[in-house]
Amino acid sequence: MSDLPHAPNAALLAALTEILPQGAIRSDGDQAEVETSTQDLPNVVDAAVRNGYALAGIVVEWEGSGWLCHYAFYCSYGPGFVHILLRGTGGNPLPSISPRVFSADWPEREIEDLFEIPFEGHPLLGDFVLHNEDWPEGIAPMRPAYDSAEPKPPRADRVWRPQRFVDAPGAFSMSVGPIYSGIAESAQFRLESEGEQILYATPRLFYKYRGLEKIAEGQGIDDVLLLTERLNGTSALAHALAFAQAAEAIAEVSPPPRAEALRLVFAELERLRSHLSTIEELVESTGLGVPTAMLSSIVEDLLRLSGRVAGHRYLFGLVRPGGITLDISETESADIATTTWQAVARLRRIVDQLAYDNGFLDRVEQVGTLHVASALRHGVVGPVGRASGLGRDLRVIQPYGAYQGREVHVALAQEGDAFARLRVLASEADESLRLIEEVLASLPAGPTLVPWQPRAGAALGWSEAPIGAAFHWLRLSPVGCVLRWRVMPPSFTNWPALATAVEGFAFQDFPIILASFGLSVAESDR
Amino acid sequence: MWTTKGIARGFLTTPCPRARPEDPGATPGRPMATSVSQAGAVVADVCPTGALQLREEIVDVDLGRCISCQRCRRGETRMEWVEDTAWAVRLSSRRLPGKAFRHSLHVRVVDAGDGGETLRELKQLTSPYYAVHRLGIFFTPTPRDADVLLVVGPVTQGTRQALLDTYAAMAEPKWVMAVGSGAVSGVPFGPSFTSAGGVADVLPVDVAVPGNPPPPLAILDGLLNLLGRTPVKELLP
Repeated sequence: MSDLPHAPNAALLAALTEILPQGAIRSDGDQAEVETSTQDLPNVVDAAVRNGYALAGIVVEWEGSGWLCHYAFYCSYGPGFVHILLRGTGGNPLPSISPRVFSADWPEREIEDLFEIPFEGHPLLGDFVLHNEDWPEGIAPMRPAYDSAEPKPPRADRVWRPQRFVDAPGAFSMSVGPIYSGIAESAQFRLESEGEQILYATPRLFYKYRGLEKIAEGQGIDDVLLLTERLNGTSALAHALAFAQAAEAIAEVSPPPRAEALRLVFAELERLRSHLSTIEELVESTGLGVPTAMLSSIVEDLLRLSGRVAGHRYLFGLVRPGGITLDISETESADIATTTWQAVARLRRIVDQLAYDNGFLDRVEQVGTLHVASALRHGVVGPVGRASGLGRDLRVIQPYGAYQGREVHVALAQEGDAFARLRVLASEADESLRLIEEVLASLPAGPTLVPWQPRAGAALGWSEAPIGAAFHWLRLSPVGCVLRWRVMPPSFTNWPALATAVEGFAFQDFPIILASFGLSVAESDR
Repeated sequence: MWTTKGIARGFLTTPCPRARPEDPGATPGRPMATSVSQAGAVVADVCPTGALQLREEIVDVDLGRCISCQRCRRGETRMEWVEDTAWAVRLSSRRLPGKAFRHSLHVRVVDAGDGGETLRELKQLTSPYYAVHRLGIFFTPTPRDADVLLVVGPVTQGTRQALLDTYAAMAEPKWVMAVGSGAVSGVPFGPSFTSAGGVADVLPVDVAVPGNPPPPLAILDGLLNLLGRTPVKELLP
């Protein structure tokens, strides 16, 4: 890594000045803005990818007479964001960048469905968020004129013919979901096969589309914060943190040091609990009853700890722009330290034991392998990416809050199979414990919440959620109303990679691979 | 090998419903009606969902709309919070399963747009701390076997038909339980262009458990309510 430039943005911007006219580039610290045109966009995107930038997401905003399309890229090895801006008018198609950046595939399909903006050169558009059997044709909920309060009657004819991709003699398609066995989130997976092996998988999500980004428009920032937390209740704090950091960047306030430290403690507590649930679900999918029960009791221990200390088992209502709403006492600090230590010690014993269980290893080793090349192509984030050798962790590459200037050990594995994901999750749990202990031992004194005044502006906030990198784009009006809130959640980035990981594996491996990814449907559906 | 490890962890199961567990983290608590002199009249403005209403001398709580945002607990004017778990209310006058189902109540869970937290709490019900199987309550994968349809989430456009199909596939007699504030009143998501205002807009609901999310013991209270093992509370119209 030593030959990588120290100031990533400077290296990329130097490359871009050769392509773009004068005055198209604005740079402010780690954030750079690049104005581009339809002709230059492919070259600019290519330059960003060549310089090691990954797509965070695409934000579309209505600007009076036309669209402002905003491609947010983050540097994958050091601090730096590049925002590529493209202006388009009413009905004109935008150029698709997904042939160059594969991870733009889903964002483009989503934007086409919700804004009715066509993308030129995209091979598969339509029937994505708004399913053809539920929604009438020709509606674009994210357009400004659309009334979000008016309920839509369900479609009466319910015509939908699933698309098939495998063309082979005897090939068939098996649909799993949207409602399937167990206590699971609603999503559909269409698995195409010739017999035993899955040849092609299509995740069909968005059954749970709640239109959060639309209903947030025009609401106050405090009300949108509630939606942020309920986006994915199991990583509520990480999303609230990204959202609050975006608001703080707009208002140019910084939370007091004690608030930053407590945010880190609770974020790591949430990561620990979320990783434990993922491990529990993976073990459950292999049919091991006793370790499943043991792991779910550790999850309960941590939920009760959150309930005792924070007043909410899922850490809702904790983070607010300007700090954190509660302070902890010495006894509560000791409670957090002891309970998390105990939880991780128990987890470690179970994981050590699992590594000697041949029945378990047979079902997770070399199963659901996601090779580093596929992971890179999909821009996979979080523990799934780290298990495939992609060491991207926003706590390290784009440090925020109390992670600035703090050493965080990034767990890595190279195999990319379900067992590698399990090991990465377990070793990240160790690291979370270490961070909690380190921060609690030197908790700065002082207030935990500073008053702040919203002002007009837009900013990107980010945090490393348990599932991976979460980005929130926020635009505020002068009185603090949300004009545009765009979430780019980690699950949305990772779901297409699941489809790649199950290819070539047998039907009975599917639940195991699904559980090992530990993704959230609600967060992705929004 | 695993069995010995499991035994080594010891006995964890809650004494509920015979006695209440002592751990304060088992329930987040919820606001209760507080006198204006104690809470202050401005507390009602703090509530983002309109769950707090001023009624003469009392700030009343519409628990179906409470989403546990904690703002009336941490602000300068505070509501009284109580850490109980008897959160279930009855919404219909139909006869409930009662004693006949005492040793075998099969529940089919359907996610109609939940954020994931209520599902996690439902999953915790099967953990050793709660172990609902000991009370003769089972989660079943098939609606054909189910007596109770347990719905979480506000019912989105995409899940509505699947939910109706699941209900239609169940044999009579059947009951519907709405769990979580999303399923009870649709807040904070709906009613909107894509979410209904709760399960009651789509199906006849018998028992509702509000809360965001309701803790496992509150959901258990709802299930025991169906079985006639906890006192029934009618929701005022």
